[in-house]
Amino acid sequence: MSRSHLTCHELIDFLRDYLDGELEAEERARFERHLGLCPPCVRYLETYQETVRLGREAFGGSEGGVPEEVPDELVRAVLDARSRRS
Amino acid sequence: MSDRGIPGALDETALLARLRAGEEGAFETMVRAFGGRLLAAARRLLGNEEDARDAVQEAFLSAFRALGRFEGEARLSTWLHRIVLNASLMRLRTRRRRPEVSIDELLPRFLEDGHAADAAQEWKLPLDAVARRETRDLVRRSIDRLPDSYRSVLLLRDVEELDTDETARLLGLSVSAVKTRLHRARQALRALLDAHLRGSA
Repeated sequence: MSRSHLTCHELIDFLRDYLDGELEAEERARFERHLGLCPPCVRYLETYQETVRLGREAFGGSEGGVPEEVPDELVRAVLDARSRRS
Repeated sequence: MSDRGIPGALDETALLARLRAGEEGAFETMVRAFGGRLLAAARRLLGNEEDARDAVQEAFLSAFRALGRFEGEARLSTWLHRIVLNASLMRLRTRRRRPEVSIDELLPRFLEDGHAADAAQEWKLPLDAVARRETRDLVRRSIDRLPDSYRSVLLLRDVEELDTDETARLLGLSVSAVKTRLHRARQALRALLDAHLRGSA
């Protein structure tokens, strides 16, 4: 990444490094210059971040935040298995 | 660090002492206190109730056997969470592979000059409760369509909230492989969601 212009391809390849703060200052500056000039890459970055958020929420506790119950038959199965093995 | 698997009122230190003393009932207390959260984590990885329950059972038994090696540097809940993830991953590796989409088909395509072949569009996410529930279902189904080796990395990093090193250790991968797979998995998931979410509300 030594040339002055980053392509969209390079930007998208380095997106995770950018978001995780793993780019060197100079690379980061080139990354941000590209974003300043390229609305489709900005939209890609936004929808990428949205993807991460939606993934987290899809399984999260936002359905009321109630802790999952453990089924009684599973508790019994675990206790039985333990007494069989000890 | 993940908060998953931490029940509110339970005193983990006291429970650990009871477990180590071999106190009657302490094992059952542990199973009841953590079983639900562990089952949820196993279901996320395995997507199948029977496999998930088997993984939880294995996890509790191996935790019980390994209690002597638990140093107490981590929380009991965190330690159990890692054990159930490991048990689920072992099960995932041994079960029959399902037909899956190729990750390459879901990665962005570029023209020779480095421009994206398909310019990204904005997403319009629904605000009402019914449509949001539909989006949640869509996201779960889409994650489920990812190839196992990518789905596992995405779930461990973005959903179970393990760090890169822990994910690498659990999956037997290098740190750089985890980073690459996570990025590809997110890009593939983004492509699957994009078909439904672009420009519409």
